[in-house]
Formats: sequence, structure tokens, C-alpha cells
Amino acid sequence: MSALPAETHATPKPEPVLDARIPAGPIEQKWDRCRFEMKLVNPANRRKHTIIIVGSGLAGAAAAATLGEQGYHVRCFTFHDTPRRAHSIAAQGGINAAKNYRNDGDSVSRLFKDTIKGGDFRAREANAYRLAQVSVDIIDQCVAQGVPFARDYGGLLETRSFGGVQVERTFYARGQTGQQLLLGAYQALEQQIAAGTVTMHPRTEMLDLVVVDGKARGIVTRDVQTGAIESHVADVVVLATGGYSNVFYLSTNAKASNCTAIWRAHRRGALFGNPCFTQIHPTCIPQSGEHQSKLTLMSESLRNDGRVWVPKKKGDMRRPGDIPESERDYYLERRYPSFGNLVPRDVASRAAKEVCDEGRGVGPGGHGVYLDFADAIGRLGLDDVRAKYGNLFEIYERITGDDAYSVPMRIYPAPHYTMGGLWVDYHLMSTIPGLFVAGEANFSDQGANRLGASALMQGLSDGYFILPATVPDYVATAAVDKVDASHPAFREAEEDVHRRTHALLKGDGRRTVDSFHRDLGRLMWDECGMARSDAGLRRALEKIPELRQEFHENVRVLGTGEELNQSLEKAGRVADFLELAELMCIDALHRTESCGGHFRVESQTTEGEARRDDANFCYSAAWEWTGSGQPPTLHKEPLQFEHVHLTQRSYK
Amino acid sequence: MKLSLRIWRQKDRNAPGRFVTYPVDGVMPEMSFLEMLDVLNEDLQTRGEEPVAFEHDCREGICGSCGFLIDGVPHGPRRHTTVCQLHMRFFKDGDALTLEPWRARAFPLVRDLVVDRSAFDRIIQAGGYITAPTGSAPDANAILVPKEAADTAFDAAACIGCGACVASCPNAAAMLFTAAKVAHLNSLPQGQPERDERTLNMVAAMGREVFGTCSNHGECEAVCPKGIPLEFIAALNRDVIRAAFRRRREPLHVLGAPHHPAHEDVRESNSAQKESST
Repeated sequence: MSALPAETHATPKPEPVLDARIPAGPIEQKWDRCRFEMKLVNPANRRKHTIIIVGSGLAGAAAAATLGEQGYHVRCFTFHDTPRRAHSIAAQGGINAAKNYRNDGDSVSRLFKDTIKGGDFRAREANAYRLAQVSVDIIDQCVAQGVPFARDYGGLLETRSFGGVQVERTFYARGQTGQQLLLGAYQALEQQIAAGTVTMHPRTEMLDLVVVDGKARGIVTRDVQTGAIESHVADVVVLATGGYSNVFYLSTNAKASNCTAIWRAHRRGALFGNPCFTQIHPTCIPQSGEHQSKLTLMSESLRNDGRVWVPKKKGDMRRPGDIPESERDYYLERRYPSFGNLVPRDVASRAAKEVCDEGRGVGPGGHGVYLDFADAIGRLGLDDVRAKYGNLFEIYERITGDDAYSVPMRIYPAPHYTMGGLWVDYHLMSTIPGLFVAGEANFSDQGANRLGASALMQGLSDGYFILPATVPDYVATAAVDKVDASHPAFREAEEDVHRRTHALLKGDGRRTVDSFHRDLGRLMWDECGMARSDAGLRRALEKIPELRQEFHENVRVLGTGEELNQSLEKAGRVADFLELAELMCIDALHRTESCGGHFRVESQTTEGEARRDDANFCYSAAWEWTGSGQPPTLHKEPLQFEHVHLTQRSYK
Repeated sequence: MKLSLRIWRQKDRNAPGRFVTYPVDGVMPEMSFLEMLDVLNEDLQTRGEEPVAFEHDCREGICGSCGFLIDGVPHGPRRHTTVCQLHMRFFKDGDALTLEPWRARAFPLVRDLVVDRSAFDRIIQAGGYITAPTGSAPDANAILVPKEAADTAFDAAACIGCGACVASCPNAAAMLFTAAKVAHLNSLPQGQPERDERTLNMVAAMGREVFGTCSNHGECEAVCPKGIPLEFIAALNRDVIRAAFRRRREPLHVLGAPHHPAHEDVRESNSAQKESST
């Protein structure tokens, strides 16, 4: 790839417009209509069709269990030792559903509208509506599986509120909702494994996608214990491999979370949607030093009762308790009186960055703001606060050594979620027929910013309900030919994987994989993080290819490819991050508007809020790989807003 | 801080293993234990030595990937803390620590500090679920769950499947792990229809996976990073008896049955250790 996208070259190619296959009819009826129009597969024939699912998080495990239940021959792959380790497990706060059990004015329409508005009008209306519709079924499904959601004394489900909304629609299991939902899906998956409908392939990493006659027909994997490179043939391939926040090195993602599966699919022809749409989460524990290996999130639910503030004076070094009320700036409550501390994540993160940039940040380096529970403890009592947030306070204490019941927490934004991902149509199929993408790995229903407690909702919606309807339709209509692993396309992909593995191992460079990853992360955080500028992005686009070249010349990976080799695994992932980073910057440079998590400093209101440019950018950008060293081609999916009027977001 | 780490190195299951001692310099109190190992591994790699393999992922104490023995204690000295959440401020300059993998026959070694815990998955496969095919669920609030039952279920479901309980048990038993899942599902109304079947099948699976038998030492509870209490084991024992009476099944191949390996056999032997230093 060269530095600039085709679009900005002197003679732009005509941009093909993408067909998202959105069903006709009123928005309330689109999903029903779609389901009715889809073709079915006779129960007796289902086991003749093999479906590969890569990833075993919420989306992957739910899809594998459900398609297995339906009778398909499912093969599920994860690089972890067991499906239960997937990073969905770390989600803390909760899952949204438009149940309106609180009778506080919630409805499917309101969840839909909140999602579109929260995503700053860069999500597809039909998908967001479907997500809101399906949300109610997800809660039913999870309760039936035994997910221990919080209950009131009458035995009914409890809910709480989350950022960007004014109703209490978030269901939760203490601060470990992701864990409990994933264990529910994992248990359903293990049941299917025992029943023989799903074959599990743990410790097996997908390293390439195989496309035969224009259709996704399988994958090439590496057994991380033995190093064996193998081909797997299927009728359908589903990628549910999560997001790519680890491009920033320091993020709230698990250490092994990576972009390899979707990046390899992109290189095989799947368009990449909105790669620059990344979410920086406002409440994370600040970095403590250079050795830091990851950042830890403090659930957004804390903003229900915690108050965010910084000193009014610059460089105020007093201890928080010594700063009187009158000298504190509760800046979110001041700037956004109607949503207060519960503004959406992008707004809260930017506001924190601004006060820190002004020199009013707290803690080492001034990279932090207070999240204070003194008022909540006064109002609710210590026991109540402990019951609601106890495990989060524990995590905080464990990492920082501070007791947040007596001193305010210090928090700072950190990369957390990627709204971008492989472009998919309404059926969650990518631009490669037979390749479906679910959960965070697709460019999703979240637009340019995701609301809290919506990732779990989307992962389970895709896994339990959408794919089990759309994948069979593809199976029924696609008429795939018989192929086996001796097909030249499989041989070629295997060769390619061998070649890349050997190239990483043969070098006798001097630098470790992590040192490159750190450099890339710092560069991306500085130039493509919370605030992006034309000049900064151009700088990054110069530096990334240099870093990539140095990586391939000077990285040192010890050991062999025929054993458990954690450095080799990391090296392959970092090599792909070094390519994806460039596409992110290209996308960020081309989108000269600000929207959601994508903040271009050139496009802001006089009050410093993100200013969209609907005349020029009301579309999803989908980038096509055109070969190494070639500029990617931009495709557009125009977005129409018929039900939620395009307005400047306001949380004031 | 400067530490001396004596670490179990073993290339794979069939290769001989041995302890190797490494000095680690520049350890800061705010580092996590795994970040300290990252420093060691970076150092080893720049010197051309292969890094120490250890499992880890979320580094937030929830995925259950990490875990090894620090001076014989799973996850190290701090209660209710996984090794990824253990910070170096709990150690002091000059400390000499011994790191070894979980040692149990049911957890075969993969490399260095990495073991294979797939036996846990197979225990879950035997009954650690509630059958609820997707799409068949009634409205979530149609099932009333008393708060106490929901809280108990949650306390049990907090298990992260790390295997510390097995590693600490003199019999290498998986009772706490199994009891936690049984207690989670058996304390909910949704879990009642399969209760007896689940209990018996999961206990039988434990035996098949060559875990030892429980003799109520309580080490598991002491080291569990999630604080899963021993009382769930008592509840499991009650549920086994209940199930045995209610089911009138074949003779039970469960508690104390002769096909269980003897206690001394289920611990991997360390007798062939060799010492060496770099």
C-alpha cells in the first residue's frame, strides 16, 4: 500500500456503490420479512453442510451452539486452550434490552433511536432496528440458560442505566456480565460438542481464508502446539474474531486479541468497513509506567453513581480530599447538564482529554481525572455501593493499591472497542459470498460510536439469532461445488502461510516483536487516537511503512515453527497490525468530518464538539485491498435516515 | 528491585524438565507479576534465549488463562488474586521465587508453565449446562428467581476455570471446580429438570479424567482467586446422595470408586528435577 487512497489521487476511479440487501417495507417488518423470504434447509440435509466458525466469544460460541442444535456440521476454531477464554469474558457492565420492565418509557423504537444517535448517524438504520428488536429475545434466552442476572427481592430482573440513554435498560450480573453471558454460550457450545454436532478445535489459529470460484470455502490454520499447518474445507466460513484495538498496543483488549483473521480475509477480497471508527473508553485505570502491558477498564456503570471532576486550577497538586467543593470542576455535569456523567463514551473521553490538555489532569503525568464516589456513599451508604460495585473497587485496589471507598479513583481514556471491521450486508455476509462476519469483527450496527452495554447485545444477536437465520439461506441457495483440501486454492494458501511463518523465523534481527508493537501503538495513539489531524495522519502514513519494513528486516523470533512458540504467534499478529494501521490512517485521513469516536480537529463546533459533514460523508466507507504497495480502493454504502432525523447530537 | 527466579523449563511433554534460575533486574513495584515476566522474556530474547512460555490473556483476572505456582502456592501469596493481578509491590528486593506449572495428571504439561486443562471442558460437557435450545425461551421475567438463589448461583458461577483448586489439592481433585458449576445450575429454578442427571454425570466425568478424590483439605478454597467457598463441595455431596436416591440408577461409579487413581499417583513426580543456572 502506498500512503494515499485512490480517491485522493488526481484521477479517481468511479466508486462502486455497495448493495446492503436491506429488505423492503416498513422498518418494523424488515426482519420478519427477510426471515420469511429466506430459504430453508431440510433437517435431514443439514448435517451434510459444514460450517466453519472462527472464534468462540459471544458471537462465535452462540452461533456454533445454535447452528449445531439445528443440525449442521459445525467446526469451531479458537487459538485459546478452551472456548471459555474468549475476551467477551472481560465485559463488565451489562447488556441492553428493550424490555421496558422498569416502565420508564423504553421501547424497541427508543433503543433503536438511542443506538443511531449514539453512533452519530453512521450506522445502518435497518440493522440497528433489528438489533433492538432481537435484544428482548436475548435476555429470555440467557435467563433460560441459567445466566445469573441480578434480581430484586421479588425474584424479578434488575436493570441499571448506562451512558447515552435516559432509561434503565441494562441487565447485569454484578460487574461480570460478559463472563456470565459467555459461560452461558460456552455451556451451550459444550453441550453440542458432547452431542457431536460441533467439533471444537482449540489452540488452533486461523492464518488464511481460502476462496474458491469467488466463494469462501475454508481456512488454513496453525496448530499452536505442534505447528502443523492444515486446511479445513466448508460450505460457509463465519469469522467472529473480535476487534482490533490492540493496534494501539495498550488497550483494554486481552493480550492475544488481534486482527489476523479479518485482515487475511480482507486481503482475500472482503471489503473493510470504516477502519478508523475506534472507541476510546473514558474510564480506564491510567498507565503507571513504560513496562505496562495492557490497560484495565473500569465499567461505565460506575458513572451511574461516580462523579467525574478535576481541580479548577491548573497544576493543583493537593490531595483530592484537600480540594474544597468550590474549587472542583465537575466538567461533565457542567457542560452536559441533562446527561451529566452519563454522556456517551466518545464525548466523555474527549472531555477528559481536553481538561488534561489544559493542564488540569491529576496523578502522575497529569493523565487522569477523578471518579468520585463520596456523594454516592453519603447518599446510599457504604454497603449499597459495595454491593453494586464491590468487584470493580477490588480490581482498582489490586492494580493501584488505592482504596476507592476513601479516595476518588483516577481514570483516563483507553482504546477499547472497534466499530470498524469487515463490511457486511444485512445478512452479515461480507463481500465474499459464503464469508459471514459477526460481533465486533464486522463493521457492525454501532456506527461511529458504540453505546455502553451494546457490544454484548450485538455479539449475542448475531450469534443466536441473525446468523442461524441467514447462514441456512446461503446454504440453501448458493449451490457450492464439492471441493477438498487438495484444491489448488488450498495448496496455494497453505504455501503462503508456510512462507510467512518461515520469513518470520529466519531473520536474525535484533529487536523483539513487542518492541515493534509498542512503537506502532504509540504512533497510532498519538496520530490516530482521540484527536486526529491532517498533518498527524500524514506523518503516521509516512512512518508506518518504515516501521513495517524495519519489522520484516530486524525482528527476532527465536525457536521453531514446530512447537508452542508464543513469540511466533505474536509476530504474525503484529505483522498484520502493521498493515491494518495504515488502512486506519488512510480512512481517517479521507473522512475529513468528525463523527462519534472519529474526531478530526479540523471539524469541530465552536464549543469543541464533533461536527459531522452529512453532505459529504453520510456513507460507510468500505475499502478494497488491491495488493501490497497499492492504494486501496474506496467503495461507499450511502446511509439513509428515514426514521431518525439527521441532527447534530446534543447531550446538553 | 532485583529478584531471582527459579523457573521450571520443559520443552514439551516428552522432554525432560528442569529448574533454571534467572536473575531479573529493574523490577518496579507497580508492575504486575506477568509484566515482570515480560521483562525477563524480553531480556532472554535479546540474549538469544527462548522466552519462558506461560499462559495469559485478559490480564484482568477473569479469563482464567494464567496461573502457575509461586513457591508452591497457586497464583502466589495474595488471597483472591490471580497471578496477572498480583503486583510486585507485594515482593521485596532480593526475593528468590520458584515458579512451576500446575502439577496434576489430569493437566498434562504443554511447555514450561503451560498445561492442558481441557479435562475441565469435558466435565462441563457431561452436564454443566441447562438445555435451552435457542428461540425456545419464555419471557425472562416469567421465571422468578429468589434473590438468594440468584446470588448463590452467581457466587458459584464466578469460577474462572483456572485450575488452581486442582493444583493446590494434595489429591489433585477437581471437586471445587465441579461443585461450583453444579451449585450454579442446581440452585436455579431453570436447572431443576436436569439436576440429578447433571450431578451424577459431572461427578462421573471427574473420575474419568483421572482427577483424585476429595478428602476435605480445603486447600482449594484457600487458593481460589474467586473465593469459591468449600460449602459448595458439601452441597455437591448432598446433591449426589439426593440424586442417587431419586434416580435409582445403576450402581454409582462416583465417590471413592476403585477406578480412581491412588492419591500418590495423581501428582506428577518432581523427583527427576535437575538444577542449573544461567
